[in-house]
Amino acid sequence: MINKEWMTIVAKEQIAKDTIEMTLSGSAVIDTAEPGQFVHINVGTNNTNLLRRPISIADVNKKEQTITIIFKIIGTGTDQLSKYTVGQELDVLVPCGQGYPISKVTMKKALVIGGGIGVPPLYYLAKQLQQKGIEVTAVIGFQSEEHVFYESKFSEIGSCHVVTDDGSYGFKGYVTDVLDQVDIAYDYYFSCGPTGMLKAVSKKLEDKKGYISIEQRMGCGIGACYACVVPTSEPNGFKKICKDGPVFEAKEVVL
Amino acid sequence: MIDLTTTLPGLSLKNPIMPASGCFGFGKEYSDVFDLNQLGAIIIKAATKEGRYGNSTPRVAETSAGMLNAIGLQNPGVENIIDNELPFLAKYDVPIIANVAGSSVEEYVEVTKAFTRTTAIQAIELNISCPNVKEGGIQFGTDPGLAAEVTSQVKEASHVPVYVKLSPNVSNIGVMAKAVESAGADGLSMINTLTGMQINLSSRKPLLANKTGGLSGPAIKPVAIRMIYEVKQQVSIPIIGMGGVMTAEDVLEFLLAGASAIAVGTANFHNPLVCPEIIEALPSVLKQYGFDSVEDAIGKGHEHAYTGLSRA
Repeated sequence: MINKEWMTIVAKEQIAKDTIEMTLSGSAVIDTAEPGQFVHINVGTNNTNLLRRPISIADVNKKEQTITIIFKIIGTGTDQLSKYTVGQELDVLVPCGQGYPISKVTMKKALVIGGGIGVPPLYYLAKQLQQKGIEVTAVIGFQSEEHVFYESKFSEIGSCHVVTDDGSYGFKGYVTDVLDQVDIAYDYYFSCGPTGMLKAVSKKLEDKKGYISIEQRMGCGIGACYACVVPTSEPNGFKKICKDGPVFEAKEVVL
Repeated sequence: MIDLTTTLPGLSLKNPIMPASGCFGFGKEYSDVFDLNQLGAIIIKAATKEGRYGNSTPRVAETSAGMLNAIGLQNPGVENIIDNELPFLAKYDVPIIANVAGSSVEEYVEVTKAFTRTTAIQAIELNISCPNVKEGGIQFGTDPGLAAEVTSQVKEASHVPVYVKLSPNVSNIGVMAKAVESAGADGLSMINTLTGMQINLSSRKPLLANKTGGLSGPAIKPVAIRMIYEVKQQVSIPIIGMGGVMTAEDVLEFLLAGASAIAVGTANFHNPLVCPEIIEALPSVLKQYGFDSVEDAIGKGHEHAYTGLSRA
């Protein structure tokens, strides 16, 4: 069940270049939110930014009844969202999609691999995995030093390797380069990031078991409009990213 | 008490509001958000003979006061729709209008014939205006002779009234409307999307994988109103109006232009509760503008000739 509700912005902070962390206060639906799910936010009016913006859930605080989102200012919608201030309300569909199925898989060690604005959902995932007693290693990649965020938060959970495209912070190169250089033991990997990165990760780790979260321009966000489909490995097969995903088993979809 | 009922061939509606084809799937997803029994009717997603996968992604792009889409008639095929999608909708006390699409007259007829085995639909919306597929669709919607041909054959094959969905991508909408009326259409549905394109400055490529897409949303409402107004004066069959409807005020504007019922499309993506919210707001809007019923308002925009300054 998806709920449409007004959530109040209770905190807002710029945490890296063009990157905003926002905490929203809502009602009991938060209790069911799983890592990997997203919220679909109406940032506009009937005449501007008509389509909602899907933003992944970066953290959930069940006691405080809040969720945290992190977004990068990229276009008119995220720019508009960045102009909202603490105390204002947002029209939100919550929670949307299927998250990482961590209750269905058993493991001792997990690897989370995030790129850019794909890093946020992995934070709530890593926290949940840690609570289950699973050892978590994080590999998170950004464009450059000024874009890096949440390194210390991931480091509180487990070991965290940061990589930047230009080498201005941490390793130089891509997340897959870190996988070449560091020997990490894990049973499952969980990844989220740009399609190019996910392609490279799932190809490199094709012998491993893993789940990826993919992004696409969305319409309705609830599975009705068929805008955000992804081919599956079955002939003529497809899945709806907003409803069946955004998280899929890596081998299930064709990027 | 404001009377919201409206009657069209095959359709006795408790209110004039229905989700537009392609914007509501087969109803299941929205049934998670509100009670579908509130709706006047539902126009389900287009059906073709065989299942279609549709276009590559990206399939949608936002525009000023609207959006472009190029889904490409993705659907599981008419038999699948009848067997797997319609039973769910049969649980609701809401008339269902099936949208029939195809690449040839034969395919339109075969899809229509397939629907004759179910009593779960009350009307057909004949989709001769999809701008997003390589073959069929819009070619039937831009040639009056082809439009009349497919209309008469589908009409002959159909067990329910046929509403022909017109394309706005024509120079003379009245010619198209009259052609399908003469061919036996029971009603019209208008307008479909306007063909458009958006180019990404960074990649220097059209944003949509299909390059072109159909423009919808408030940006096209004045075009829809103008076309419905023009067509209303040239045909006597009823019109299901659509094109950028966001509010109950918009609904009244379509009624005044001559629509007998109104479909809501893109607005569902902006606000999944828009249909029930419009239905709730409609009585007070009708009252505010001096109408006791929906049927009172239909075509009332034509009654007063403009009496502005004249320099004649």
